[in-house]
Amino acid sequence: MRQEVRLGGFGGQGIVLAGYILGKAAALYDGKEAVFMQSYGPEARGGACAAELIIDDEPIDYPMVSNPELLVLMSQEAFSKYGSAAAEGAQLIVDTDLVESATREDWLHDIPATRIAEELGNRMVANVIMLGFLCATTGVVSREALEESIRTTVRPGLAELNLKALARGFEYVSAGAKV
Amino acid sequence: MAVATEERVLTGQQFMNGDVACAEGALAAGCSFFAGYPITPSTEIAERLARRLPAVGGRYVQMEDELASMAAILGASWAGAKSMTATSGPGFSLMMENIGLGMMTEVPCVVVNVQRGGPSTGLPTLVSQADVMQAKWGSHGDYEPIAYSPASPQEMFDLTVKAFNAAERYRLPVFVLGDEVVGHMTERVTIPPAAEIDIVDRKRPSAPPDDGWLPYAPDDDLIPPMACAGEGYGFHITGLTHDERGYPTGDPLVHDRLVRRLSRKIQVHANEICEVEKLHTDDAEVVVIAYGATSRAARHAVLAARERGIRAGLLRLITLWPFPRGVVKELGNTARRFVVAELNLGQIAREAERYTRLPISLVNHAGGMMLPPEVILRAIMEAEA
Repeated sequence: MRQEVRLGGFGGQGIVLAGYILGKAAALYDGKEAVFMQSYGPEARGGACAAELIIDDEPIDYPMVSNPELLVLMSQEAFSKYGSAAAEGAQLIVDTDLVESATREDWLHDIPATRIAEELGNRMVANVIMLGFLCATTGVVSREALEESIRTTVRPGLAELNLKALARGFEYVSAGAKV
Repeated sequence: MAVATEERVLTGQQFMNGDVACAEGALAAGCSFFAGYPITPSTEIAERLARRLPAVGGRYVQMEDELASMAAILGASWAGAKSMTATSGPGFSLMMENIGLGMMTEVPCVVVNVQRGGPSTGLPTLVSQADVMQAKWGSHGDYEPIAYSPASPQEMFDLTVKAFNAAERYRLPVFVLGDEVVGHMTERVTIPPAAEIDIVDRKRPSAPPDDGWLPYAPDDDLIPPMACAGEGYGFHITGLTHDERGYPTGDPLVHDRLVRRLSRKIQVHANEICEVEKLHTDDAEVVVIAYGATSRAARHAVLAARERGIRAGLLRLITLWPFPRGVVKELGNTARRFVVAELNLGQIAREAERYTRLPISLVNHAGGMMLPPEVILRAIMEAEA
């Protein structure tokens, strides 16, 4: 089954890295096919940033995302641009504190990822908390694959913090958050 | 000599973008020298090699511009290194003079062009396939280039290895004509063990250095063995028309013989160089010709057409130059119509016209976006109707 994922936020949140980690988890550790495309332009820290991913059981020919059914959105701007235009049945994974006026509530799963990251001592891992929450909510990739992808991608000194962040994303679901 | 601190070949499965895969392909092929002037969308190739080449005992030089980059890789090749540069359209234009020098003096090296929208600085960050004819005719004078067209990060790896091998085998600058989509797309890339990667090294002189050695005397395959600087062979290299000694001459007969050989050394080996992939072409009434990123949309369209009962097929060009004319001629005998899908105003469509009398529909875009599969499907359906 072909699944299209779009991640959006602003430069510096690790949107591109999160997309890469997710794609790598699918392509190398879940035995699936995955194409990852990052938006490429004069982006800078603070500016709009997006990453796109296709995950499929079959080889992927056309590599462009058209109607993503999974959206991970970490800014109001990203929500306004992508969330509002999401197709029927899409699932929107948003950072509670960063997307304040969210429509489409029925499709919404939210987690205060940046706040949880700050509790962990580093807001840079909000992206990985989002990944854990996405994975727990939708099962788009396996947890083991995500963990392995993180281990082989981030600098060794940061692996433990990122794995802890991933776990917090999962725990938020098992703790009974509305998903 | 620099000391290697990292593996040259990253055997195993990697999740990498096409540009990075190209850089790794170069390393796997034995590249030890890169000179370049980074330009979007090829920059990641330079970035990767800036880090990786010194770590495997090679050299990375950031040059002042593309003219110098091309000159530097020619020089490195004469010193015995396998060398490469990477650029995009604007830089490819600037390299043309020294690419001609490489053609004329028969220097193995690889030039990667990750295409973006042109002319001029055009669309720096967006895809196009409009440098196909520039790769064929961009430098002055007659010569036959070799150009590969990768359609995935895996092929950015594989075809970069092949480009090095072809450069070494046939003694010329060989092009990898990527595009922004394939360069920036990240997919699984499988890198084989080093021992399983076919590596070709240039033919060397069989006799020891002596006064009678002729640096431009070809063997029966029309390719002269190549001595490298510092090995004791005396020779002269010039972009001027030269005889077999390498000395300049104004003799029209020598010029004609030399220029014909430069083309013929590729033409007589076209069958072993040309590569295509065929999908459902055996019984196809409509054959789509596509290459690079566009071939992925074309594959989708062909499969969708088949689902609708339309006998469509895909001819994916893996080498653009030499143009796989034989297969186009052949399919012209069995199909009813061609559709050429490309991100330019009809560069390969025009080339295909030379080898078939069948009607050709061109479905294209000047660049900046991929052709959506639906647009190609519509062209197939109109062609079939």
